[in-house]
Amino acid sequence: MDLSKLTIAEARRALDAKEYSALDLTNAYLDAITAKDKEIHAYLEVWPDSAREEAKVADAMIAKGDAKALTGIPIAVKDNILISGRIASAASKMLENYSASYDAAVISKLKKQGVVFLGRTNMDEFALGGSTENSAYGPTKNPHDTSRIPGGTSGGSTAAVAAGMALAALGSDTGGSIRQPAAFCGVVGVKPTYGTVSRSGLIAAASSLDQIGTIAKSVADARTVLGVIRGHDENDSTSLPDIEEKTPSATKRIGVPRAFLRDGIEPDMFAQFENTLRSLEKAGYTIVDVELPALEYALAVYYIINPAEVSTNLARLDGIRYGLSVPADTIGETYSKSRAAGFGPETRRRILVGTFVLSSGYADAYYRKARSVRELIRADFVKTFESVDAIVLPTSPVAPWKVGEKADPVSLYAADIFTVPVSLAGVPAISVPSGTVERDGRQLPVGFQIIAPHEREDILFAIGGDVERQ
Amino acid sequence: MTIDVSALAKLARLEVSETELKTLEQEIPEILTFVETIQKADISGVAETKGLHNVMREDSGAIESGTHTETILKAAPAREGDRVAVKQVLTRKNK
Repeated sequence: MDLSKLTIAEARRALDAKEYSALDLTNAYLDAITAKDKEIHAYLEVWPDSAREEAKVADAMIAKGDAKALTGIPIAVKDNILISGRIASAASKMLENYSASYDAAVISKLKKQGVVFLGRTNMDEFALGGSTENSAYGPTKNPHDTSRIPGGTSGGSTAAVAAGMALAALGSDTGGSIRQPAAFCGVVGVKPTYGTVSRSGLIAAASSLDQIGTIAKSVADARTVLGVIRGHDENDSTSLPDIEEKTPSATKRIGVPRAFLRDGIEPDMFAQFENTLRSLEKAGYTIVDVELPALEYALAVYYIINPAEVSTNLARLDGIRYGLSVPADTIGETYSKSRAAGFGPETRRRILVGTFVLSSGYADAYYRKARSVRELIRADFVKTFESVDAIVLPTSPVAPWKVGEKADPVSLYAADIFTVPVSLAGVPAISVPSGTVERDGRQLPVGFQIIAPHEREDILFAIGGDVERQ
Repeated sequence: MTIDVSALAKLARLEVSETELKTLEQEIPEILTFVETIQKADISGVAETKGLHNVMREDSGAIESGTHTETILKAAPAREGDRVAVKQVLTRKNK
């Protein structure tokens, strides 16, 4: 089997036809990890023994005719999603030895399918960053050019899928953390509507933005995995009620926020975006200009709300109940020393910025103002979707950069410009590979981002499929 | 804009070294300048939490005491019997 081309759809067919077993498939992936991951560093931990056991269970299910969509499919899990009895560290020293005490809701669903869990993947610590360089365990490299970053924060998951070291992966997206690394690694990444997938068992970064999503080689595969992990969960009070999946309309109107596209985009990244638009036009879509004036505030709103929620969520990590604990004379020093030793530089920075924007005297001008402007952004999307079926944007304004190239926090934040508006509005989006750009003689993948109204993932998959076919 | 980073660090229960303090005193104002654009957004007539509502459940289905005690205590850095052990919280030192 050629793991670089293999999809879930093809593996399902071959497993059910008994062309190879789930154990064969799992061993092939474990071998690929052994061969390649030294260079890529997508995984923080690989679980060969339990993966083989899970594969044997899957083979028994297949033999009995009980195979489900993901039975025997080897997947990778981002290190911020809990699997009972396994370390879940969020790529932080703070949780280096933290063994999860329960399964995340998505993991329970995958276990019922008979999935094979290959290991946990690298990420930016606590899902804060955009390059997977903020991991306490060293950066992941882009499989297309190992001198470059894979994107982040789910960079381990996207690199694993791109390098044929997992058939699919789970990631989490707070401001683009699935879509941007998917784009940089040349794979498909879906951030569902906020509330579609339960956050129970996802280590919280910014709770009003966090959403678990799927990473795969094809739109169809990403859809299959999402179909399994989605659904209402009473353990997540922001989980949406289950609804019947809709079907896309026949109008096929796509909006492009041209005014928002002008600044900071690399010329060849923009040219590639225009290419994709032209091919969609040829495929029968009508492309129209749309205006979402509040988008100019999106980065500012995001970089107030995100640190505010991060500082609140990470307050629970204080060296008392779980995680790293530094012995000290007083309880106050236990808190401050444990947190200083456990959190990396970007995490500490976000906590401090979050503490500032929430502090008495500044909360009105920063946090509360940002919440109101967020409503303007959400309203812009809702209003625009009255006249178009989808909105499209490049996933990233820039191609993957060199490891270590973007050192100051603000230049990294600015690269999130096309993904954060989606997260603030809570609408779903997909990044689909579409073309390449050349850097230092190497072809690097480019992602095309499709955004749909709330709970209309069906539109993402329809248009994403058309982009994929070009 | 000058930010008292050591006061913030105290509020955030985060020990910050002298060297890091100097870097942060530069970086945090830069980040706040980066987000400054929202100050010109017109939010007249916008409700801060429009569309949000509370999600409640019945106060029932309580788990029997002791069900998860071992699992949870296993993760604690220090324990005494069935409790998480911590340093003394109230002291008389600062009279």
